[in-house]
Amino acid sequence: MRNLTLSTVLTSALLISAPLLSLNVFAQTEMGDMSGDMAGDKMQPQGGDAPKNARDPHAYANGTTLTQGPYALADGERLTLADEYKFYAILGDRLEYNEQADAAVFDLQAWYGTTFNRLVIKTEGDVSYGKLEENQTDILWGHAISAYWDTQVGIRYDYYKEGKNRQWLAFGIQGLAPYWFELDMTAYVGESGNTAFTAEAEYELLLTQRLIIQPRAEITFYGKDDEQNELGSGLSSTAIGVRVRYEFTRQFAPYVGVEWTNKFGSTADYAKLNEQSSNDTEFVAGLRFWF
Amino acid sequence: MIKRQILTQGVNGSIPAPTLRLKEGDDVTIRVTNNLAVPSSIHWHGIILPYQMDGVPGISFKGIMPGETFVYKFKLQQSGTYWYHSHSGFQEMTGMYGALIIEPREQDVISADNEHIIQLSDWTDDDPMELFRKLKIQGDVFNFNQPTVPEFFDDIATSGVANALQRREMWNQMRMSPTDLADLSASAMTYLMNGTAPMANWRGLFKAGEKVRLRFINGSSNTFFDVRIPELKLTVVQADGQNVEPVTVDEFRFGPGETYDVVVEPKNDAYTIFAQSMDRSGYAKGTLSVAANIDAPVPALDPVEWLAMRDMMGNMDHSAMPGMDHSAMGHASMDKTSMDQGAMDHSTMDHGAMAMDHSTMDHGAMAMDHSTMDHGAMAMDHSKHNMGKNPLAVPSQKVRHAKTEYGASIDMRVDTPRTNLDDPGIGLRNNGRRVLTLADLRSLDGIVDHQAPEAEIELHLTGNMERYSWSFDGLEFGKSTPVHMKHNQRVRVILQNDTMMTHPMHLHGMWSDLENDQGDVLVRRHTIMVQPAQRISFLTTPHDVGRWAWHCHLLFHMDAGMFREVVVS
Repeated sequence: MRNLTLSTVLTSALLISAPLLSLNVFAQTEMGDMSGDMAGDKMQPQGGDAPKNARDPHAYANGTTLTQGPYALADGERLTLADEYKFYAILGDRLEYNEQADAAVFDLQAWYGTTFNRLVIKTEGDVSYGKLEENQTDILWGHAISAYWDTQVGIRYDYYKEGKNRQWLAFGIQGLAPYWFELDMTAYVGESGNTAFTAEAEYELLLTQRLIIQPRAEITFYGKDDEQNELGSGLSSTAIGVRVRYEFTRQFAPYVGVEWTNKFGSTADYAKLNEQSSNDTEFVAGLRFWF
Repeated sequence: MIKRQILTQGVNGSIPAPTLRLKEGDDVTIRVTNNLAVPSSIHWHGIILPYQMDGVPGISFKGIMPGETFVYKFKLQQSGTYWYHSHSGFQEMTGMYGALIIEPREQDVISADNEHIIQLSDWTDDDPMELFRKLKIQGDVFNFNQPTVPEFFDDIATSGVANALQRREMWNQMRMSPTDLADLSASAMTYLMNGTAPMANWRGLFKAGEKVRLRFINGSSNTFFDVRIPELKLTVVQADGQNVEPVTVDEFRFGPGETYDVVVEPKNDAYTIFAQSMDRSGYAKGTLSVAANIDAPVPALDPVEWLAMRDMMGNMDHSAMPGMDHSAMGHASMDKTSMDQGAMDHSTMDHGAMAMDHSTMDHGAMAMDHSTMDHGAMAMDHSKHNMGKNPLAVPSQKVRHAKTEYGASIDMRVDTPRTNLDDPGIGLRNNGRRVLTLADLRSLDGIVDHQAPEAEIELHLTGNMERYSWSFDGLEFGKSTPVHMKHNQRVRVILQNDTMMTHPMHLHGMWSDLENDQGDVLVRRHTIMVQPAQRISFLTTPHDVGRWAWHCHLLFHMDAGMFREVVVS
């Protein structure tokens, strides 16, 4: 029970105060001053809306384009640079083994696309005794809306070994909040009118250039009870963890850590009915990687 | 008529490629055969020539296809130290660069008994595009000098909690790193001197008593070097191939694309030519000695310095003194340099007062104000400003951000840029050495055109480190339209750096005549380094029609989109 208190407090702290503080600044810096008049009177080094008299970046073109106008190359040929190329990444944030449950957890993300528009795939799940227990996969179109934020719109598919698989429409936002909080928040609309909301926050503390502490918190809400999957409406669960990783390279970092998970409301009641605990403390070891 | 053949396979099999020594006034024909499996090109960096000969695929020509030979033909209208390199993809980064030395037709005004070309570069064993992709995934992937928690506690111990927090506040709030000094560090690159790694110790010999001319070329892809030769004074005599009034310094910084010729007078001894990277992660080095068996000590790398407020905000104290950087930000490192150099350079001293007048008075009132100022302390020649007559006599100070600077492609804008040129830059301020600044450079008489500009172009250098996107005005090359310049019309270009990195800006096909914020033309360059939050301007007269490239010469910034096409017609 002590763990519950500690983790609840920490979860609240990280998930509510820090991101909300960030969101407050986010609102100021990313969304701009709604009065719309900031022609030089106010220093605003980031974000905001362009004032009406802002300079036209094409004003010096005098009608020329990269393929048209005097001395353009024949056949519309022109230079193409990496801003028009597509890149990819595969990021394994958590690939870990939980000794107490004899279970493995994976949390992977991949993207493919340009700087501002990407196909994003996120998948996370639990494997127990070599069998996939649960899996949630989001397939999203990520679109940059400001310096540090992408909207993500798409679908989510939930797999339950015991239970009923679910499909959702996903509307999210992922990015970097002021003070370096990595945030990922998504609202879901599912079958038979159920809704869900998940938020994840991560932070990094560098002890050295390679030894890094990473607190992480996650919170889940549901709009309705999902009896088949034993999920209750309202605040359903939280997870808060602290991981310490060593970056042998930036791309390869084993870690150890501890994670506290809590279930709330009807979700906790379902757990109790199954004689499962509604709060757990787990020690984890895993690997963070990307390529 | 001189004919040469270059096989672009690393260029004749060596790194750097062979040095070309040509003569001013000559008509040259250079046949370049592409033995690679991919299209290639050679660009003659800093050379005035017809645009079809400039060697930028997709702009000046189609490029040289595999197996094809392209014939470059042009007349050399200039002399000095230059270089050439591939302008295709990242080929330059894999060794396709060499020195291009053009001897003056008349007697060289620079007298030396001996000379060495010192070409600095950076080498990676990885595929450059793979390094680029890594930066797209994680912008700070190669930065191993990031702020840490123990540093924070050290800071608290020495300066108190409030100061330690305050020092970090702006950086953390803006999600910018104070040690973001280079995208690629020694963790990815090996720094080379004439193609030689530090351990292999490139050596240049001289005879006792000789005056030695060193032709420094920064042929690196992405590295600023801070160059010095401990125990020797460096007399800078040429910048970007153009002769300058000699100025004696201990050290100079130069970015990719720039060249400096210095004359040194070594004693009967050995000296280390030491070129540390701007981010202090590594160095290139070699030895200058009278004999092959003696070496000099190698200095330690300087400590990493955090970017200062002036690198983020420019000149905070804008209303009072746009020209100077005496903002009282409480950073001990900030003020001494500009004070010292201001005292040395009286033209700089005047800027504060002068620029203040601009903001508050009309030109008539300004002339009045001059009479009340201490003329004894003013080295500037006001007569050539013609302030009452030409509204473009002085570069405009009003910051005009582009519409496209408010989107996802940029992570910051500067509203109060600094316009002084006497700042040696991050890591070189107050290091106890006399460091070259742009304010020190004066072209030798007769080089620079003093004609007044007829038009003004303002462009901002922009980027987003987190997304690893670089651009002008927030528009990457693919979304941009060209900048049109009228043939033979003198035009002023204002470049304002809205990023926290330094960018060496290279305009092809025409000279960039750097001016100060009072409109005094100082020096003729082909590549001008623009510091964070700095606003500089130069005048150019495009004498050659055609399409020209204009870009940051940090190769990754260029390829990420900090690139514009210029149409002269």
